[in-house]
Amino acid sequence: MNSNKQFDARTNEPHWSEAEATDALVLDPVLEETLEDFRLSVFAWSDAAYTRARQSVAEAPRHRVWRLAMGWALGCVLLAGGFSAGVFEHHENQARLAAQAREAEHQRQLAAARASAMARDEEDILAKVDSDVAREVPTAMEPLAQLMTGDETQ
Amino acid sequence: MTLNSAEEMAALEFSAVVTAHRPQIFRFLLASTRDMDLAETLTQECFLKAHRNWASFRGESTAMTWLMRIAINLQKDHWRNRRMQFWRHTRTNSVDLDEASDWLPSGESSAEQRVLAHERVGQVWKSVDGLSERQRTVFLLRYVEELELSEIARATGLNEGTVKAHLSRALARVRAELGGKR
Repeated sequence: MNSNKQFDARTNEPHWSEAEATDALVLDPVLEETLEDFRLSVFAWSDAAYTRARQSVAEAPRHRVWRLAMGWALGCVLLAGGFSAGVFEHHENQARLAAQAREAEHQRQLAAARASAMARDEEDILAKVDSDVAREVPTAMEPLAQLMTGDETQ
Repeated sequence: MTLNSAEEMAALEFSAVVTAHRPQIFRFLLASTRDMDLAETLTQECFLKAHRNWASFRGESTAMTWLMRIAINLQKDHWRNRRMQFWRHTRTNSVDLDEASDWLPSGESSAEQRVLAHERVGQVWKSVDGLSERQRTVFLLRYVEELELSEIARATGLNEGTVKAHLSRALARVRAELGGKR
């Protein structure tokens, strides 16, 4: 390259004539060998990476099947759990309602028994009062009462 | 030929093209990005795009050149995408230069020769890393994929003179890197 070569203002790289560019493409043995090593190294790396990429692509469906199966299993468990919870809740509600009904019936029966007992007590008291009132005779009416008692016995 | 059989033929042809050229497209994208996952993604996108446009492929260039052109454009789009600017700067998934140069096939050479080759390959990777996107593409297509200048011109959409200039500049950098370390 000569010393008064022009440079690109943007890239600061030298301008190449067609002949210079062609000359520059001629490789010396060391450079040729180095570029061949470079090429082989890229091939070796690419082959290894390509195989790895192929393997990961081949393994992907297996992972997808596992994920799908796991998803289904989890879904089934959640569905069964939800259904069981619903059934349990329903049974609990039924049992609670039955217990409430039994309790109400029991309370109603107790109230009725209490009411009838109270009614019986009141009748007894009234009857006692009646009989007491009926048997108590003023002193002045005593002879007449004895006559009535004598008539009843006859 | 019925429509169905024509479609089947096209599908078979495309399948053969994928089988034949997928490793090469992946290799080019891997060397360009030094990122295995990105190279795999871009390779898939490349063949998806090729499949969509397979009917419009006229055979004016080889299928390889056509696919390479798609791959180069995808790569450009990827780096130009503003959402990917962060990755462009960090390149977290890219392997470093030392790791990239570890992949030397163990030939019949001596241990000393292998060490020397490893060092030189590392220097080439360093030079490639410092190249502009276009220079790197042209360099990799020529010295890794061993495409002719005319094929590189068709794949990149540049004229042959420009390809030659980019290649010369790229080689000058490699020479300077190797010369400086020698």
